[in-house]
Amino acid sequence: MAYSSKVLDHYNNPRNVGSFSTADPNVGTGLVGAPECGDVLKLQILVNPETGIIEDAKFKTFGCGSAIASSSLATEWLRGKTLDEALAIKNTEIVEELALPPVKVHCSVLAEDAIKAAIKNYQEKQASRQKNEPKEEAVGVGCSARECLDR
Amino acid sequence: MTVKLPIYMDNNATTRCDPRVVEAMLPYFTEKYGNAASRNHVFGWEAEAAVEEARGQVAAIIGASAKEIVFTSGATESNNLALKGVASMYRKKGNHIITAVTEHKAVIDPCKRLERDGFQVTFLPVDRYGQVHPEQVAEAMTPQTILVSIMAANNEIGTLNPIREIGRICKEKGVLFHTDAVQAVGKVPIDVNEMGIDLLSLTAHKLYGPKGIGALYVRKKDPRVRLDPIMDGGGHERGMRSGTLAVPLIVGFGKACEIARQEMPEEAIRLRQLRERLREGIMSQLEETYVNGHPTERLPGNINLSFAYVEGEALMMGIKDVAVSSGSACTSASLEPSYVLRALGVGDELAHSSIRFGLGRFNTPEEVDFVVDQVVKAVNHLRQMSPLYEMARAGVDLKSVQWAAH
Repeated sequence: MAYSSKVLDHYNNPRNVGSFSTADPNVGTGLVGAPECGDVLKLQILVNPETGIIEDAKFKTFGCGSAIASSSLATEWLRGKTLDEALAIKNTEIVEELALPPVKVHCSVLAEDAIKAAIKNYQEKQASRQKNEPKEEAVGVGCSARECLDR
Repeated sequence: MTVKLPIYMDNNATTRCDPRVVEAMLPYFTEKYGNAASRNHVFGWEAEAAVEEARGQVAAIIGASAKEIVFTSGATESNNLALKGVASMYRKKGNHIITAVTEHKAVIDPCKRLERDGFQVTFLPVDRYGQVHPEQVAEAMTPQTILVSIMAANNEIGTLNPIREIGRICKEKGVLFHTDAVQAVGKVPIDVNEMGIDLLSLTAHKLYGPKGIGALYVRKKDPRVRLDPIMDGGGHERGMRSGTLAVPLIVGFGKACEIARQEMPEEAIRLRQLRERLREGIMSQLEETYVNGHPTERLPGNINLSFAYVEGEALMMGIKDVAVSSGSACTSASLEPSYVLRALGVGDELAHSSIRFGLGRFNTPEEVDFVVDQVVKAVNHLRQMSPLYEMARAGVDLKSVQWAAH
């Protein structure tokens, strides 16, 4: 299977690799997938609480080249978006942008799940902060890849 | 010395045809193109003589006699013929077959078909190195057992099985013994008589011969093994495999066996040195790298490594100038990690992280050094990107993390 030039580009020059401190109340962390499924994505957003805009995004991914490319692309797309705009990102857009073959669609699904998980985590942290109950740890979300469900 | 890219290091999948083999084959396409079954003209005689010479060369590499070699299209056909042919012929004697979970699909799937047809098949588990123990075979035997099929060397992890001991047990119990020796022939010494082998599958393209030709060794005496053919036709190959013989391929197969037999002692030493150079080069520079399969009882040219926290297909992308294989689900059609690694008890996460390096006749020390360098760089790059590596570094026990059910 040949890789698309965009997958290769993100693989060779991944954007925004790294981590934010989960202790930062303005950081939301999404951790999806499972090691035994062969992919784990950690996606983090840094939100400006005043504007509600995602100012920065970072990722770390254990997975194939398409999973790395999907998460790298997601961080690019997240920067500058409001949370609502970010929630509207669909895995099919990632598939299209990276020209992923059908067998790699689950990588894009994981990226979408990671975005949603990161936003949820941020919102929960903000809510609990208002109640003065710090809640910092990211919640693991299961691998939604069909093949893992099928196993 | 610079190396020529890309580098082929997937010799357990297939091998380059040796130029000496190609040279031997060529006249049989263009000048000596007769049908070996044509008994009444010089073209036929010439082809038949070439086939018989090759038959002798193939027989010699496993210590058999030429008459015991049945040419097939490859090892998948040989395995099918051995399993189904014996099952059908000896059905009145019994209906039980013993094999192992780490066998190639070309053994597992015919066994599963036989199960559907009413046979009982025992799939023996293996130890953590991938070996079947002779006692397991002895314990699994019943009065109904007609055949044991255990591979000589595993295609993924390179582990060698104690074939001689298994053969001895089969002899004692009067049960036929088949071995899929595709990976072993030409790489480690195999002798059907010393090892008590009654049927043996081999193929040309794993030993620097052409694709599309293989053979099944069928013992002719003590005991005389009989087979029901799976193809009916002109009654070629003692009635066991009908179909016009592929003379050029057979000539190439013979030549490949002859070269392998002559060069194996030195080639095995050289390949073992290259393999250790590769293994030590990588493992001395990368922590948490594990060998899959047996540390010593393995094919000289094979090493299978798991790189913790790094996914196999991503690693293959990182060493794009090097052709290797991975047990990662992402690289297989089935989307499941390697069933062989799973059978050893290698965790799924490490199965996803595995790479098989298959060194062969044409690899050089310079290529090995290049590959070591590329692998180390790619693994370090990917680990910097891996959330699992980060968590492990931070002291998180990955096994304790609640990855949601999937």
